[in-house]
Amino acid sequence: MRVGIVVFPGSNCDRDCARAVAEVSGRPAAWIWHKDRDLGGADLVIVPGGFSYGDYLRCGAIARFSPVMEEVVAFARRGGPVIGICNGFQILTEAGLLPGALMRNVGLKFICQDVHLSVGDTGSPLLGGYRPGQVVRMPVAHADGRFHADAETLSRIEGEGRVAFRYCDAEGRVGGPSNPNGSLAAIAGIVSPGGNVLGMMPHPERAAEAILGGTDGRALFVAALSRAA
Amino acid sequence: MTTATEPAVTPELVASHGLAEAEYRRIVELLGRPPTYTELGVFSVMWSEHCSYKSSRIWLRTLPTQGPRVLQGPGENAGAIDIGDGLAVVFKMESHNHPSFIEPYQGAATGVGGIMRDVFTMGARPVANLNSLRFGDPRSPRMRWLVEGVVAGIGGYGNCVGVPTVGGEVSFHPSYDGNILVNAMTVGICRADRIFRGIAAGPGNPVMYVGSRTGRDGIHGATMASEEFSAESESKRPTVQVGDPFTEKLLIEACLELMEEDAIVAIQDMGAAGLTSSSVEMAGRGGTGLDLDVARVPRREAGMSPYEVLLSESQERMLIVAARGKEDVVTQVFRKWDLEVETVGVVTDTGRWRIFDGDRVMADIPVPALTDAAPVYERPCAEPADREATRLVPEVPDPGDFGEALLAVVGDPSVASKRWVWRQYDHQVQTGTVVGPGGDAAVIRVDGTQRRIALTSDCNPLWVQLDPFHGAAGAVAEAARNLACVGAEPLGITDCLNFGNPERPEIMWQFREAVRGMSYGLDQLSIPVVSGNVSLYNETEGRAILPTPTVGMVGLVEAGVEPVGSAFRGPGRIVALLGDVGGQLGASHYLRVAVGVELGRPPVVDWERERAVHAACREAIRAGLLESAHDLSEGGLAVALAESCVGRHDAPPVGADVYAPAPPELRDLELLFGEGHGRVLVSLPREAWDAVQAICARAGCPLNWLGETSADALRIARKLPTDPYATTETLLHVSLHSLAARYHGGFVEALGFEGGLA
Amino acid sequence: MKARVYVTLRQGVLDPQGRAVLHALSSLGFDQVRDARIGKYVELEIADGPRDEAEKAVREMARRLLANPVIEDFRVEIPGEGEAR
Repeated sequence: MRVGIVVFPGSNCDRDCARAVAEVSGRPAAWIWHKDRDLGGADLVIVPGGFSYGDYLRCGAIARFSPVMEEVVAFARRGGPVIGICNGFQILTEAGLLPGALMRNVGLKFICQDVHLSVGDTGSPLLGGYRPGQVVRMPVAHADGRFHADAETLSRIEGEGRVAFRYCDAEGRVGGPSNPNGSLAAIAGIVSPGGNVLGMMPHPERAAEAILGGTDGRALFVAALSRAA
Repeated sequence: MTTATEPAVTPELVASHGLAEAEYRRIVELLGRPPTYTELGVFSVMWSEHCSYKSSRIWLRTLPTQGPRVLQGPGENAGAIDIGDGLAVVFKMESHNHPSFIEPYQGAATGVGGIMRDVFTMGARPVANLNSLRFGDPRSPRMRWLVEGVVAGIGGYGNCVGVPTVGGEVSFHPSYDGNILVNAMTVGICRADRIFRGIAAGPGNPVMYVGSRTGRDGIHGATMASEEFSAESESKRPTVQVGDPFTEKLLIEACLELMEEDAIVAIQDMGAAGLTSSSVEMAGRGGTGLDLDVARVPRREAGMSPYEVLLSESQERMLIVAARGKEDVVTQVFRKWDLEVETVGVVTDTGRWRIFDGDRVMADIPVPALTDAAPVYERPCAEPADREATRLVPEVPDPGDFGEALLAVVGDPSVASKRWVWRQYDHQVQTGTVVGPGGDAAVIRVDGTQRRIALTSDCNPLWVQLDPFHGAAGAVAEAARNLACVGAEPLGITDCLNFGNPERPEIMWQFREAVRGMSYGLDQLSIPVVSGNVSLYNETEGRAILPTPTVGMVGLVEAGVEPVGSAFRGPGRIVALLGDVGGQLGASHYLRVAVGVELGRPPVVDWERERAVHAACREAIRAGLLESAHDLSEGGLAVALAESCVGRHDAPPVGADVYAPAPPELRDLELLFGEGHGRVLVSLPREAWDAVQAICARAGCPLNWLGETSADALRIARKLPTDPYATTETLLHVSLHSLAARYHGGFVEALGFEGGLA
Repeated sequence: MKARVYVTLRQGVLDPQGRAVLHALSSLGFDQVRDARIGKYVELEIADGPRDEAEKAVREMARRLLANPVIEDFRVEIPGEGEAR
């Protein structure tokens, strides 16, 4: 089992993801440099958070054209598991691996806070560590996390059961003030039709150890790592 | 010397460079001839207050800088302290006040960028940022714009670079109306045996420029920071630098990668006065000379003169003295990260700083003329004449309702929750934040050791105004107390000394007394200063800010110590006070907020008591006996209780029934809102009481049982010392709902921001 | 030659920045403002050549990188001879 973490110039959650992987599996992850043209034999690819290329034009817009993304797209099309977290989610939508777009938060400000998430019934093995309907807690940290898609796309995502996470309150109620960024249908994460590509704004790697204030993110890494084994 | 294309050096030109006549005469004497235009610009920045510390240096020398753990004291890019396990913590605080007042977003952002470079230039990966922010009247639209811009700028830069912003201070006082303070602090970690310094050694070694290209931004930022504000400086906007956090992130990774190789002899950030000060300071420390060719400096704009290239303050640039023959290694690493890299000069043994533009010599100055020979002034000091008058406190009647008074103080924007601010900062990236913002001190875990570091910044500027000596000493005591509240032992401080115009004797007196007080406090607690920064001329049209010597303190939490926060965890716990019940109203926050009076003598630290309280608090936390610990500061006991009840935004509030054992002569108002040093509010399970009592007895720390946590409200009554079972009527009764609403909504309401309690 | 690319949010896509500007303008007393939309303006300096080819290339740049078709529209301008550059 090999976990590859893509490193773009400006990635800043790459080391955090590696740490979470090591915490869960006891094994180091490998770095995949943005200029590389192969994934180094990775069985699971993580596209981490950060500000790739400064995100100056549009979050993820430039990263998707980096050489490594061609390989990530090909890997995903072959059914390989790919997880995009925060900026990684933005990059996966820009690359067309996931539908929709992530836009400026409705409050216009960067927000760093814990959120509650209701787990969707996707059937994705990447979410195998959670029960559908389970409420989990982990942080978000972004300025551009408002999920948007046109009506047709949204109904397709909903119809195909591809919503991985929705923002909710501690009791699991979706909607209202528990949606921190104004995301459409309170969507915090989605999966590809095959369930092998997951994009999410919240940071499971920041909720992988009790000392950091929560462990609800661990199950994601556990499931992803066993899927990739 | 070829100067055909440069303006002639006239008395007017000299004056416009901010140099006094006597200073100019000294320059001519040192050079043995009049300076060229380029040289005049160089002297002007190197002898500016900002770079030379000419007014403050003689007093800074009196600060304690030694300690068994100190690896690097003041004088380098940042200070370094040994934390064991082969690791060092590297930190510094710096002001970016003037640029932030002119352009808050970019001013604050580049302040954060600059201080981070000071830390990673030492070889340390930045692991945390803190910010001490002082604003004026929150009701003014301009101040709201400044608050929004500064906070967004700090977040915009730190979030992108991926360094968590974990703590700091935000407070308001009208003295900052025309001159806000933005003091940024960065903390980094490196191997204790691999600290990089800015000492240009080894004649023949190449001098390499890395990072961003040079533009015209920020030219003469250093002299701007050494002048008072006037309406005119508002129009100096173009001199403000623009930050590029993305490039900074690349620069961090490239520098740390290069530091793994044996290629660097010396390295320094191009901060204030850019290429000039970085090269001069490195040569000065090395006792060497430097030859630089400005024609080889990568540029962003066409047609820049040598003067402009030398004085540009373009951001995200570093100067490296490489080991001869290792140029390719340096070049390779920086190319990998898509950064500029160029050999621009060479270390010499001439002791001269020589600037070439191709073949032409543009400046030729003995290095010591720019460093050691820079003027040092012992400016006159005078105690303000009205000082006695400020010490008298008027008779203050009791308020009609103590509960209402508490709500007013808790909702004051300087006291209320700053979550609106730190929610905009990524305070978790790097997954090291064990205790984040909003408490007494932040705690960060460190890779490669089970120990953790604790961080805080503190200053009560009103106390310093009313008594600079005891106010500054008190800032040291409070910072150490905040560290004790998370179980940490102080390691050292960085300071950021913000004052008015030093040419005014009463300001210079404030400065001298504050430095004396700080030294005294540090000696009392055996804490060294390892780095710092002085910001003078913080005044507008003759009105100075409150003197604000900010203390940034770093402490060590030993392995196995579980973190405690400042908030109560649930009902049914004992609430107790380490230290004495009581306090004084003079110079208190209550007087300021509820009565509108800023008078009195600030409290004086009883150092023996202070040490005992810190020791007892740390020991009880290490033993795992406490559930919360919270320093009593602004607003005294009542505010500390309120904060422990409703301080957490993400957990249900907890009430408390308090029966405070107060001596009969203590007024109710003093009991509730009186301020003083050496007091920590704690909560603990009932079964831990005996053990905590034993620890306090050993440490010589008074322990007062105050009551118990409850489910519904904060109630405070007096317990009569004459009869341990008798209490007075309830003095104060506030519902948790209204307390939480004021505490969590006060800041946003005072500033008129949207978002309410969110 | 110069090429200008205007990137704007598509109709119906929520624009909180535009809304904030609208709110600020009306609080400054500019009551006549009915709506405000925020977009991006990109100025490109490109090698001289036939105008229609340049326009085609710039449109391609906008389609692939400068705008995200999921949320944004774009408009390309290449000032001709005699127009302000």
